[in-house]
Amino acid sequence: MAKFAKKRSNTSPTISTASLPDIIFILLFFFMVVVKLRETNIKVKSITPTATELTKLEKKSLVNTMYIGRPLTQYQNVYGTKPRLQLNDKIADLAEIPIFLERHKVKVPEVQRQGITTSLKIDGDVTMGFVTDVKTSLRKAGQLKLNYSAKKRTERSGF
Amino acid sequence: MGKSRPSPEINASSMADIAFLLLIFFLVTTNIVEDKGVLVRLPQWSEEPPEDLTLNTRNVFTVLVNGQDQLLVRGEPVKVQELKQKTKEFIMNPAQRPDLAESSKEAIISLKNDRATHFKQYLTVYNELKAAYSELWNEQASKRFRKETIDECTKEQQAEIKRDIPFVISEAEPTAFGDEK
Repeated sequence: MAKFAKKRSNTSPTISTASLPDIIFILLFFFMVVVKLRETNIKVKSITPTATELTKLEKKSLVNTMYIGRPLTQYQNVYGTKPRLQLNDKIADLAEIPIFLERHKVKVPEVQRQGITTSLKIDGDVTMGFVTDVKTSLRKAGQLKLNYSAKKRTERSGF
Repeated sequence: MGKSRPSPEINASSMADIAFLLLIFFLVTTNIVEDKGVLVRLPQWSEEPPEDLTLNTRNVFTVLVNGQDQLLVRGEPVKVQELKQKTKEFIMNPAQRPDLAESSKEAIISLKNDRATHFKQYLTVYNELKAAYSELWNEQASKRFRKETIDECTKEQQAEIKRDIPFVISEAEPTAFGDEK
């Protein structure tokens, strides 16, 4: 005895898209949490090479960042094509390194200052002459812990 | 007096569009922070030139990189892919060859670039040298303490391994033969 007649719809069932905005919001919140708003306007081409021996920089507050690369095409008539150093938002000379380091150092509590690391984001195309000059300036300023920023290279992808 | 008319619902179909817009905004204006890299410790700066240590040349592993990004290891041209294996063989000297290191404690790697060497090649070379030590340390960790990697060992065990195979890479001032662009 069939008490319930099967309802027959005369249209094929459509996929409900009511939850699409929810999915988008989830993606959005994911991005808001994971990424950091780019605080500096990078004026140099700085594509870091790949490496396998990577260490993660733990505490962001103990890290200051320096960009080394050739100026982007729109800045080349002002800054030239040779590799330049960028500190914060502007292209800087090597002489400005100690001031930059000191400004960052004062923001860090005394006990943690030993752990300050400088992250160098150097473009693969830059020649070592300039990099060595920057390293010498860092040594003279007493900043010995460095981190050459690099992307992970898997074993298989080759050199 | 009959059912009250259902209140008109706000059309929410444009919510998805707003969400898309915000998402694209974030994708464009931010970047996933790249905070990994190769950790390096520079030597202290001193005004005096480094003292001329009378080192036994068998204990020094010279790696030269020229302006064309080519490697010369102890006088022989070498491909970057072979560097790690050669370094490991030099440090450990399993066959006790007289031209390789006397012991892993005394092995020193000397790295010299040219001012025209590209940073990419420099980092690859440095990475391979670091990887050689890393692999040797992990091999010791598994041999002595039956752990997969040195990071799984206790602080004392790590110190012991690093005392027997110390990480000594000496970087010299770069030469200026190449055309530094």
